[in-house]
Amino acid sequence: MYDFAYQKPASVADAVKLLADPEAKPLAGGMTLIPVLKQRLNKPNSVVDLAKLGLTGITVSGGTVTIGAMTTHAAVAASAEVKRAIPALAALAGVIGDPAVRYRGTIGGSLANNDPTADYPAAALALGATIKTNKRSIDADSYFQGMFATALEPGEIITAVEFPIPQKAGYEKFRNPASRYAMVGVFVANGPKGVRVTVTGAGQNGVFRHAGFEQALAKSWSAASLDGVKTPADGMNSDIHGSAEYRAHLVGVIARRALAAAG
Amino acid sequence: MPQVSVTVNGKPQTVQVEGRTLLVELLREKLGLTGTHVGCDTSQCGACVVHVDGRAVKSCTMLALQADGAKVTTIEGLAAADGTLHPMQEMFREHHALQCGFCTPGMVMAAIDLVNTHPEGLTEEQIRHGLEGNLCRCTGYHNIVKAIAAAWPLMHGKSLPAAAE
Repeated sequence: MYDFAYQKPASVADAVKLLADPEAKPLAGGMTLIPVLKQRLNKPNSVVDLAKLGLTGITVSGGTVTIGAMTTHAAVAASAEVKRAIPALAALAGVIGDPAVRYRGTIGGSLANNDPTADYPAAALALGATIKTNKRSIDADSYFQGMFATALEPGEIITAVEFPIPQKAGYEKFRNPASRYAMVGVFVANGPKGVRVTVTGAGQNGVFRHAGFEQALAKSWSAASLDGVKTPADGMNSDIHGSAEYRAHLVGVIARRALAAAG
Repeated sequence: MPQVSVTVNGKPQTVQVEGRTLLVELLREKLGLTGTHVGCDTSQCGACVVHVDGRAVKSCTMLALQADGAKVTTIEGLAAADGTLHPMQEMFREHHALQCGFCTPGMVMAAIDLVNTHPEGLTEEQIRHGLEGNLCRCTGYHNIVKAIAAAWPLMHGKSLPAAAE
């Protein structure tokens, strides 16, 4: 790893000032950034640790679950409030990475990174979440902009994520047996934003909505209504682990399991 | 050079480190605690698992400075002063839950966290899922799983609920 200046500001305002330096990098849980730095794929002059900004915590009120950006996956998975309000979201947090990763990794870090195989983007887009930053509120529909790309501007910090509570939701993923990242993950939701089906892991541009499945499930919320609805292979990843056609097929299989999980 | 203050195995330590110094480097190279291993160095194998404020984390994927003010427990900090092993260590020995032993420190630290966070009981399936972040290339995991199940009653002071078997 190249050396850098480590900084741990005590307020969002101070963090924003430090991140005005284009050579500075924000550090959330570090579960992606630290491995990247170790491989010398990035060379920041300074790393700004967001741990002391007071951005942790979960609140449920008025039909919304609000999760602080620095809340760990383990905290979301174990939260009695999240389990009650959006059990699919707690379940999703409980299958990210492994237990040690879940103690460090954060929801804000996951959404800011927008890894095309990450789990949280599927939930945020399906539930119609709002990403709150130090500057503004961003609708999930305009937030995700392709692989590792988001609407965040340089130096902009996610402070919290708001999830409208759905009537029903379910998440299921098929892991790559070696890397354990999602080859296909599907989140189904019937909530305030309507029926939504999102797919992570499979697409070349990261998380996306499955219009065909959404229309079918809006008519009838059942696995049978997905019969005959095609998932195009265009735009799917294709690599040594599976062809685009394989992934397209898997989307249908995993969507049915997500529906079963949603009940 | 920045300083980091941590309590390691009950002993307060203040050490000069670089921004890039990893927690595992602080433990092994600055404090001489070489029981914590570096296996893959890519956050996957779990040989470097230690407890930071009671939680099992991968010390190769945490900066030393992120641990400032924290209590860190390593494999060296488990046994009592008179050498009596921690129940998890004792059960790893009893059930022959190791062959080469390289992954063992991380396995033991992860397993203790797993048992601590499941006071209601622990099924074999939960144990296997709980070890997802720890790789062993010798044992095939069977004896590790047995050792953890055997340690649960010792750590909780009661027998493992039958329904959880």
